[in-house]
Amino acid sequence: MTLAATQRAMRDWLTAGEAAGFGTAAAPGLAVYRNNHRAALVACLEAGFPRTRAWIGDDAFLDAVIHHIGRIPPSSWTLDAYSEDFPATLALRYPDDPEVAEIAAIELALDRAFVGPDSPVIGVDNLSGCDWDRAVLRITPTLELIDATTNAFELWELLCAGAMPPDAAPLDTPRVLFVWRQAGIARIRVADSIEAQALRRVRAGLPFGDLCAHAAEAFGPDEGIRRTGGWLGRWITDGLVCAIDNDRSIP
Amino acid sequence: MMPRPIFGLGLRKPHYAEFLSHKVPVDFVEVISENFMVDGGQPRRILREVRERYPVALHGVSMSLGSADGLDPAYLARLRALVDEVDPLFVSDHLSWSRIDGFSAHDLLPIPYTQEALSVVCANIDRAQAVLGRTMLIENPSSYLAPGPAEMTEWAFLEAVCDRTGCALLLDVNNVFVSAANHGFDALAYLDGVPHARVRQVHLAGHSQGEHLLIDTHDRPVPPSVWDLYAYVLPKLGAVATMIERDDDIPPLAELLGELATARRIAAAGIRRAA
Repeated sequence: MTLAATQRAMRDWLTAGEAAGFGTAAAPGLAVYRNNHRAALVACLEAGFPRTRAWIGDDAFLDAVIHHIGRIPPSSWTLDAYSEDFPATLALRYPDDPEVAEIAAIELALDRAFVGPDSPVIGVDNLSGCDWDRAVLRITPTLELIDATTNAFELWELLCAGAMPPDAAPLDTPRVLFVWRQAGIARIRVADSIEAQALRRVRAGLPFGDLCAHAAEAFGPDEGIRRTGGWLGRWITDGLVCAIDNDRSIP
Repeated sequence: MMPRPIFGLGLRKPHYAEFLSHKVPVDFVEVISENFMVDGGQPRRILREVRERYPVALHGVSMSLGSADGLDPAYLARLRALVDEVDPLFVSDHLSWSRIDGFSAHDLLPIPYTQEALSVVCANIDRAQAVLGRTMLIENPSSYLAPGPAEMTEWAFLEAVCDRTGCALLLDVNNVFVSAANHGFDALAYLDGVPHARVRQVHLAGHSQGEHLLIDTHDRPVPPSVWDLYAYVLPKLGAVATMIERDDDIPPLAELLGELATARRIAAAGIRRAA
């Protein structure tokens, strides 16, 4: 066999248990490598999703992990990336229990925020002299927004505390979870869908003045200003804003 | 001035605080490169702080130097960025493969010791060294099967790799012991045959007995059998860097420093004998 053919044969053994061309003497070694491969993937997902595991139970979690390993072979050089698609696998496996994938999405987002890109933080001291009509807020690159349809956040919080969580329940009004890193710590908070939409627009480059105009149109001048001012203050204190571009040359 | 042997430990999470709160008596620490090839956050901050206190060796597990379809450019770019930030004592990875056609095994899989594999490995090392801008250290792996008929021994393969690419070696004495037991070759012949002048670093670790094979588990102290091989080979190597690898069932730091003291004693005795 060529080197490439040998390596593809080993891949097939690791992923599908189909051993070809290695001979009977290789059987013990093949078993070691397959065990190592699968153990590494199982350990990766167990480490990445402890609350999800606690929610569905050890046996169900292992079933889900084995299903995931069969569905998606690892492709990245970093084992950390193997967690990326696990919430999607859980969504397929638990179509009637969306909180399972949502708890997993929370855990994944927190892990990503923990090692996301470093960025500066704007504090209230940096706001003087800002031309708010033209200001474009640069949002921390670690921010991830999770659309939640269930009480997954409350379930996750109680699981973290080691408390008995209540039953899963759909939300009357969908909401969004903000996950980011502040002062080295991965953080999460609940936001309503209106604030989330505003933050998505700002992150996409909408000048703050335009956001205020949209809010004034939607909620009336006083309520619009109250809301945008409240959002800005919260985003600043949460450490979500890493820069304010205030280019006066923008027409 | 004659270079002196140096002694280090693998930097593992349970010991971060001790390494950062006071001066641990090591000459260097070794980190797993991939654990720090992240965008930012606490891992990179900790590595920067460690680097201010100790020389750091970067030891990789995912370069996949034996891949028939070449190296991952994204991986190399990230490692280069880390190298630029850390200015490491060494950059090392294994004589093994883990990736083919976009599949990543996350294990150190064996390559056949053939001329074809030699050409592939050398081309990959040439590329890695060009991207990284420095000489790499290549580590002999533990292995559990021979993936095809060999045209040369592992140590002859390593010598050819060094000659063709100019790379250096990280000699893992535990891996020699494990592979010798698993494949039935003579560990002393291996240690005699490996190109001594190319060795820059030595790894020491423990292993476990599996059902049929020895397994390179790094979950226990260095056993007497591995210390014996270390004592045998060290006088042949000159002043190299020795490191204790412990990745599982990690004991208190003092226990690992005790093992490192053993390595220092063996090295000192070897130098006295050689003199």
